[in-house]
Amino acid sequence: MREPLIFDQGRPGRRAPSQAPGIAGPTDDLPAGLLRRAPPPLPEVSELQVVRHFTRLSQLNFSIDTHFYPLGSCTMKYNPRASNKLAMLPGFLDRHPLEPEGHAQGYLECLFDLQEMLKAVTGMSGVSLTPMAGAQGEFAGVAMIRAYHVARGDAGRTQIIVPDAAHGTNPATATMCGCDVVEIPTGPDGDVDVDALRKVVGPQTAGIMLTNPSTLGAFERRIAEIADVVHGAGGLLYYDGANLNAILGRALPAAMGFDVVHINLHKTFSTPHGGGGPGAGIVAVTERLEPFLPIPIVGRRDGQYRWLAESDRPQSIGRLSGFMGNAGILLRAYVYMRLLGAEGMRRVSGFATLNANYLMKRLAAAGFTPAFPQRRASHEFIITLKDIARDTGVTAMDFAKALLDKGFHAPTTYFPLLVPECLLIEPTESEARQDLDAFAQALIDIRDLALRDAAEVKRAPLTTPVRRLDDVRAAKQLDLTWQSRASDRPNPTASPN
Amino acid sequence: MPFIPHTPDETSAMLGAIGVRSIEDLFDEIPAKLRVDGLPGVPAGLSEAAITRLMRERAARNMPSLCFLGAGAYEHHIPAAVWEIATRGEFYSAYTPYQAEASQGTLQLIYEYQSMLAGLTGLDVSNASLYDGATAFAEACLMAVRSARGARSRRVLVPRYVNPVWRKVARALLAGQNVELVELAASAGRTELAALAALEGQDFAALAIPYPNFLGGFEPVDELTDWAHARGMLVIAACNPTALALLKPPGEWGAKGADIACGEGQPLGIPLGSGGPYFGFLACRQALVRQMPGRIVGGTVDVEGRPGFTLTLQAREQHIRRSKATSNICTNQGLMVTAATIYLSLLGSEGLRRVAAQCHANTRALVAALTGLGGISAPVTPYFHEAVLTLPRPVAPVLDQLAAAGILGGFDLSADFPELGHGLLVCATEVRTAEDIDTYRRVLAGVLGVAVAA
Repeated sequence: MREPLIFDQGRPGRRAPSQAPGIAGPTDDLPAGLLRRAPPPLPEVSELQVVRHFTRLSQLNFSIDTHFYPLGSCTMKYNPRASNKLAMLPGFLDRHPLEPEGHAQGYLECLFDLQEMLKAVTGMSGVSLTPMAGAQGEFAGVAMIRAYHVARGDAGRTQIIVPDAAHGTNPATATMCGCDVVEIPTGPDGDVDVDALRKVVGPQTAGIMLTNPSTLGAFERRIAEIADVVHGAGGLLYYDGANLNAILGRALPAAMGFDVVHINLHKTFSTPHGGGGPGAGIVAVTERLEPFLPIPIVGRRDGQYRWLAESDRPQSIGRLSGFMGNAGILLRAYVYMRLLGAEGMRRVSGFATLNANYLMKRLAAAGFTPAFPQRRASHEFIITLKDIARDTGVTAMDFAKALLDKGFHAPTTYFPLLVPECLLIEPTESEARQDLDAFAQALIDIRDLALRDAAEVKRAPLTTPVRRLDDVRAAKQLDLTWQSRASDRPNPTASPN
Repeated sequence: MPFIPHTPDETSAMLGAIGVRSIEDLFDEIPAKLRVDGLPGVPAGLSEAAITRLMRERAARNMPSLCFLGAGAYEHHIPAAVWEIATRGEFYSAYTPYQAEASQGTLQLIYEYQSMLAGLTGLDVSNASLYDGATAFAEACLMAVRSARGARSRRVLVPRYVNPVWRKVARALLAGQNVELVELAASAGRTELAALAALEGQDFAALAIPYPNFLGGFEPVDELTDWAHARGMLVIAACNPTALALLKPPGEWGAKGADIACGEGQPLGIPLGSGGPYFGFLACRQALVRQMPGRIVGGTVDVEGRPGFTLTLQAREQHIRRSKATSNICTNQGLMVTAATIYLSLLGSEGLRRVAAQCHANTRALVAALTGLGGISAPVTPYFHEAVLTLPRPVAPVLDQLAAAGILGGFDLSADFPELGHGLLVCATEVRTAEDIDTYRRVLAGVLGVAVAA
């Protein structure tokens, strides 16, 4: 199954000649001292070799298109091919970002409509499509909260409150925005501990970052009370939209009391995850934060669409990308949202929730332990394997690897951090009942094997292109480039240090 | 038209297994006053045929143009194989390679990408990419502030001719961490070495050097690098990746080489795409790797001793370090890096060098064709594949008239760089032909009211 590195497949002088100019233009006017002495170490291969190599590499991956992928908190649902095909129409794809607005009305109209639909699904009054990932949306949100307080002469508000179940990006974002992080605990029922919240709010509070439903797979039932506590103390509420798929068309973050929300379009609105990006982390806000939205934003005047920029939004937190965000991802989300329509969006949250609750029930009936059995699952749920791990030594990691051998991508493991030996399972609405049943049976079979022969489970995976990898060696004996590998190969890039 | 496979019978059976009567019942933990029944503001769903028709109609309203505009995004030939392969479902619909055994394709590809970018920049290591060039520049500044010896200063020296939007983005992203960008004076399209004397005794963490700079010209990279290193500063190269096939890599600048290189990856097989998604690249010397933000892939072995790849040095990252992470960045731009790695494999070092040299030659031909028309001059030489033209009159109305004739004439420099007068930044990549350049010349002559030979 091993595919050699592309560098090791080349031969000196081999090329894909139809892809570059037949001759190199003259460079005699460039100072000799500026020219490269040795060519960069790129592969010397034919076009067929390239096609074959990368096709083979693709076949070493699990993906939604090939496998059930119940990766909790990531919403790995079907990515419709129509979204990709229509976003890649030449009229969108070949446009230079700085073309005059008059040349781009069709494109701008899509983005304007997208902004309006995103207002509708959040209940917010303003939207900026610029943030290029969830983490950048978080940055924009916290930066807007800071800018709001500073603009009101309340610059001492520098604390961001984060529940212990939060994504790691939440506290990392707060730090990037120059804020301090205060962590509050989750109660035994999975809701935020509101009494603990009351104790930490005060004149230093900038805001709170919450995911609702939370990463524990449960709706935060006391959200209205939380909003009152935080607003009462002068802080604002930030909605991490990672789990919006669970409540799409059923509850609006604005009505819950949130002031700003980011949405991962690559989750709820099914743009591709692409092996880890690109995503899009659009932000939506209530009226009081609108002046601070990142630019540019699409506006409309007299039936013409135009970019709103610095002069239109002097209080903006500024620009977050070289042009205007991940345009092609925005178009994919737009196509998906138009395919769904309002009723389709409600069906998405309905069936995502149905699948999660069904799978949780099935696993509970088979003897697995949901982390919060008394709660409804949202679109995802957690099982904890701590008893099995204690009795057999087979851990959540071992279950994850054994699932790969059975043809399933593993759920999220060891997150949230507060549930021991956990699997966070998000089936999404696009999976059929028979796939959920097969997945449940796989977990049951692994558990039964663990009770009989724990060592056999711990050998997994056996069928993947490689077996378990030595992560410690990867971090200690760093091998980050082909150039670094062979000491006998000339290394044109070594630097003196 | 949601993508939901359930039949009515299955839905009933599943509800029965859960013990509820309807899907609505599954939402009973949401307080009643927070529940909504529908989404006014979202139109009814469309069939694929209907949305296809709508999108085709809107795409057709975007008028195609002959492009002489760069300013951070460049029209290059993209081999057909690049996106045919990059959009294979196994790449397109996979996620971050957390389960390494099930993600060897993506992981090996990123390792190959890291190798190619390290080679292009002449540095030791590269990360798996960042969002775009502007954010890579901001992250490079942050990384330099974290890494600088002594780390007394939180100021980064930035020459005037770094992409003005990148400077804005960096300011927005760095403001919360009190990192300050200080402008280094320039004249005639390049940084003035004489201006460095005025900075003696001041403390900076790093100097960022654009390569080529926003005007297409070249900074005195060797002198600037040595000057900065002599004062304990790190050197950041903000570079165009196509140019690196032709030009001395940042790792070879001055006596010791630049410490960090960053830039916009779009020229490497990514369509102009109305502005994104693109990707940012970031490479550095080995000694700085633990200050690098973003994903990094490393080689290792499995339990049988077979070689494989995995995400590594994760102790830097947000999901482990939370509030103490090097950045809040979670993913890279995986799909764009997939395309770029295929692109660089197809071009190879000789192909990419020819692309770079042809871009340069075409821009020279463009400048030669346009200078002399009604007093147009080109004050900044030499240049790579963009050049400044000084027009005899304000640029904006000229660009409007060119656009009306289907030509994207370039980038108006007068707002950002008024010292250049009526400055216009033009670009001719390898895809422009002699006929394209002649078309521009004739149309511009008409706009300026100058007679030209046919």
